[in-house]
Amino acid sequence: MDTELILMQLFSGVALGAILVITALGLSIIFGMLGVVNFAHGALFMVGAYAGLWVASLTGSFWWGLLVAPIMIGAFGMIIEFVLVRPLYGRSIDDPLLLTFGLGYVLVEAVRIIFGSDGIPFPTPPQLIGVVDLGVGFFPIYRLFVIGLVILVLLLLWLGLEKTRFGLIVRAGARDPTIMRVLGVDIGKVWLVVFGLGVGLAALGGVLAGPMRSVNPEMGSLVLAEAFVVTVIGGLGSLLGSIVAGLLVGIAISMTALFAPEMATIVMFALMAVVLLIRPQGLFGKLA
Amino acid sequence: MSSPALAAPATASERKPSSVTAALAAYRVPLSILALCLLPWLLPSKALAVNVLVYGVVAVGYNLLFGYTGLLSFGHAAFFGAGAYITGIAIGQFGVPWLVAVFLGILGGGALAFIIGGLTTRTRGIYFSMVTLALAQLVYYVALQASSWTGGENGLRGFTVDKINLFGTTINFLDPINKYYVLMMFAALALWAVSRILNSPFGAAIEAIRENERRARTCGYDVEKTKLLAFTLSGLICALAGTMSALHLAFVPLDVLHYHTSGMIVMMTLLGGARSFFGPFVGALAFLLMEDVFSLWTSHWQIIVGSIFILFVLFLPRGLWGTFLEKAVR
Amino acid sequence: MTEGSRNITRQKLSRRSVLAGFGAGASYLAMPWVARAQDEIIRIGFPTPLTGPFAAEARDQVKCAALAVKQFNDKGGINGRKVELLVRDDKLNGGEAATRTLELIEKDKVHAIVGALSSAVQLAVNEVTRARGIIYVSISQSDTINEVKDFSKYTFHEALNPHMTTAAVARHSFKKGNKVAHLVADYAYGHEMLRGFKRAQAQIGAETVGEILHPFGAADYSTFMPRLRSMRPGILCISNFGRDQANSIKQAVDFGMKQQMKIVVPVLLHNQRLAVGPDVYEGVVGGANYYWGLESGNPSAKAFNDAYRDGNRNAIPTDYGAYGYTGVSSLLLAMQAAGGTDTEKVITALEDLKYDVAKGPQQYRKCDHQSVQSVLVLESKKAASMKSEVDLFDIVANEPASTDLLRSCSELGFPA
Repeated sequence: MDTELILMQLFSGVALGAILVITALGLSIIFGMLGVVNFAHGALFMVGAYAGLWVASLTGSFWWGLLVAPIMIGAFGMIIEFVLVRPLYGRSIDDPLLLTFGLGYVLVEAVRIIFGSDGIPFPTPPQLIGVVDLGVGFFPIYRLFVIGLVILVLLLLWLGLEKTRFGLIVRAGARDPTIMRVLGVDIGKVWLVVFGLGVGLAALGGVLAGPMRSVNPEMGSLVLAEAFVVTVIGGLGSLLGSIVAGLLVGIAISMTALFAPEMATIVMFALMAVVLLIRPQGLFGKLA
Repeated sequence: MSSPALAAPATASERKPSSVTAALAAYRVPLSILALCLLPWLLPSKALAVNVLVYGVVAVGYNLLFGYTGLLSFGHAAFFGAGAYITGIAIGQFGVPWLVAVFLGILGGGALAFIIGGLTTRTRGIYFSMVTLALAQLVYYVALQASSWTGGENGLRGFTVDKINLFGTTINFLDPINKYYVLMMFAALALWAVSRILNSPFGAAIEAIRENERRARTCGYDVEKTKLLAFTLSGLICALAGTMSALHLAFVPLDVLHYHTSGMIVMMTLLGGARSFFGPFVGALAFLLMEDVFSLWTSHWQIIVGSIFILFVLFLPRGLWGTFLEKAVR
Repeated sequence: MTEGSRNITRQKLSRRSVLAGFGAGASYLAMPWVARAQDEIIRIGFPTPLTGPFAAEARDQVKCAALAVKQFNDKGGINGRKVELLVRDDKLNGGEAATRTLELIEKDKVHAIVGALSSAVQLAVNEVTRARGIIYVSISQSDTINEVKDFSKYTFHEALNPHMTTAAVARHSFKKGNKVAHLVADYAYGHEMLRGFKRAQAQIGAETVGEILHPFGAADYSTFMPRLRSMRPGILCISNFGRDQANSIKQAVDFGMKQQMKIVVPVLLHNQRLAVGPDVYEGVVGGANYYWGLESGNPSAKAFNDAYRDGNRNAIPTDYGAYGYTGVSSLLLAMQAAGGTDTEKVITALEDLKYDVAKGPQQYRKCDHQSVQSVLVLESKKAASMKSEVDLFDIVANEPASTDLLRSCSELGFPA
């Protein structure tokens, strides 16, 4: 096996990992701060892709879709938190799980009713069509763009959480909500925003994935499993963990594709089993 | 298991039971079996009734681990599927008599549960859920690849049981009524077994672990061994359901091992009510009935089923049967 | 077995099961269960995945099957008996399909089953109908169902099978000396297509430069592209189905593969082409059982299209939809010839039937009950040359119906 191919493969893995990171991050933030296992995350990813497509077709520009859809769906996420999830705080962890599972069903079916059950073409933005020679091989420009954008979003997130007052409250709230309340912080508002942020990230992942895959109502179900795996390998609630694990899973998949391609899907589950059996709290997780 | 002498009374569920719930609890096995006898005459079809039996047993077996021990597994499809596959392979490829094949299926599924349980019961919380999911996906993958044994994605077939010998009589197993009542005996056996387990000192031990693991440990319970035993017993019951499903459909689809199946088992259990003996069975019944009725009515049945889930969680968090019991207390 | 005799056996058996101690309740309730009067309506069960990724194909199947039923009823039914189609959602799951089929047989007392849209579901239905002696017309691609191990004398296979599809496609797209790389979905459908292509390549003299199995249902194919490119093939042959086909072709195009090689697929799917758009599919070659554009030179296709347009606001029937039409039509024609629903007579009638309802002459081969039929080879048009929304493909060739495209009966394991 020549080095060029392996380098190329490594690169494909990073591009694949970028989408995984952005989706898993949303899941991880929601779990880490709110303790909610969001089973509708895959469906929201899919809704994000449709929303992006819808906005893009209204405005005639992919860029509006990319900007507006995550905000739109993020706002929708806030409504979900306020109306459906909020009554469940204080109950067992199973309740939000069951609720979001039901919500996933509803969202998928609603999209089928509105947009039909066949897929819809999501064209690559004209500026990003084509391939570029990386020296080791040809790579689609669009995928390079995705890597770049994900890095930008991660930077913004990091700045937001580490350098702002709101970020401080969020981090403290995740550790001890009661104290925050005693200190006079409206923790409900924080949860609202965090849930919206997590959902917005899922939607962003969906819009970004749209031009790479066809957009269809079932596109979220595999993504949900992938996002869970990444989150758990990284350690639930750990943002750094999601990033490292996302890249790790992406690279593991692409390397498997080179040496044992038919195992490319199962490898992430095998990786998760191995990691958890050796380190039960995930790579960057804290022990409960 | 630790010494039964130490079996402290269950710390939870010390609500004062009314006469209705007391009666329901005392006669739960005979009452359940009576309900099962009537089931095929109340449902739209006999094939659906058998499916309710199958998934009812899965959910009750699963609940031994989930509702009573407090461990949320996402991997029980593996044991359900193992039971089905082993039974099918034993009959179809080795010509083993059906009853022996059923026992092999239960044992095989139980052994798999013992292995997976041994690896996973040391992890906690959501991580436990995820390792069980991952290992079950590996089982799915093995079944997909071992297609000369399992039929791969095409599914396992070629083991139709058309006649069976029972108590010296030959019974036409293709007849839906006969099939239902034969498989019902297995379901009754499973319900009885679960009830016995729950009434034993071991039953008290698992509930103690669910309520407070640290206290249970201080009380002298061997928490790890107890969890492993609960996991294995739960896997055995699910494997039994798998063998029933194989006999019923004469076909094992690969999907049976998929994590969607595990998810469905969890949802059925929660829908019926995880804190009650018969709740999961009711959950399976409600889930399958909803799908059956609504899917005939509209191809958008998923939106109805999904909405019902949401309403249930918001307004009936104890599940169907749990809520019914609660109302009966008053 | 006739309706009457089946009911009698059942009564006997239910009495015996009571003796075996199954409780008085069963026998009491079994009482009203006496044989029904001679059925007036002929009921056809139709399990198909109305929900899930193939819902669009399933809906087309239902519409076309309903059209066939309507046409027979308009002409007075079968010997005066009306025909009814009972559609059930199999959710693309073998277990679900087996349950629905049992319901259709046991509760709805159907006279025959037509349907299924995946190899696994089809084999599950086959297992149920075979054990109960119910006629089943299967309408999904599979080589396995032709082989002696899964053969059922009650089952007739209306769909193309992978062997004949790949033979026809290879004949019109591979040339001697071509280098072919294969990307194959890792399950029965992919394996059977690959086997067919390689066999055809051996005859034609086209070389295989590599094959990659991909997990079934994968969403991302980017990780396979560098290696496929490094094989330097002239033809990239992608053997997968549904969304897998759409996604893998799209990503191959994203990686600039189409500039360097021709993309060939076993079955060029109408709905996937619609879902991904003309630019991605432009120039892709693949097979099909049916394409509406056949109508220009084929009167049966014209008649089928027109009848379909009439009832469906001028829409045209699709490839998988046509299976629903030809499958139900052949069954009803055979029932007409047999003068009713007597199973043995209908089987004989199906075996003797020569039919041409949508695409030219068809006939079920005696040994494996495979429908011998023409195979279309299509090429996807570029956006600029499309004359309408549904003008998707050019017909490269119409390989005529012939047993030469099939594996021989003895190869399938049937006695000579």
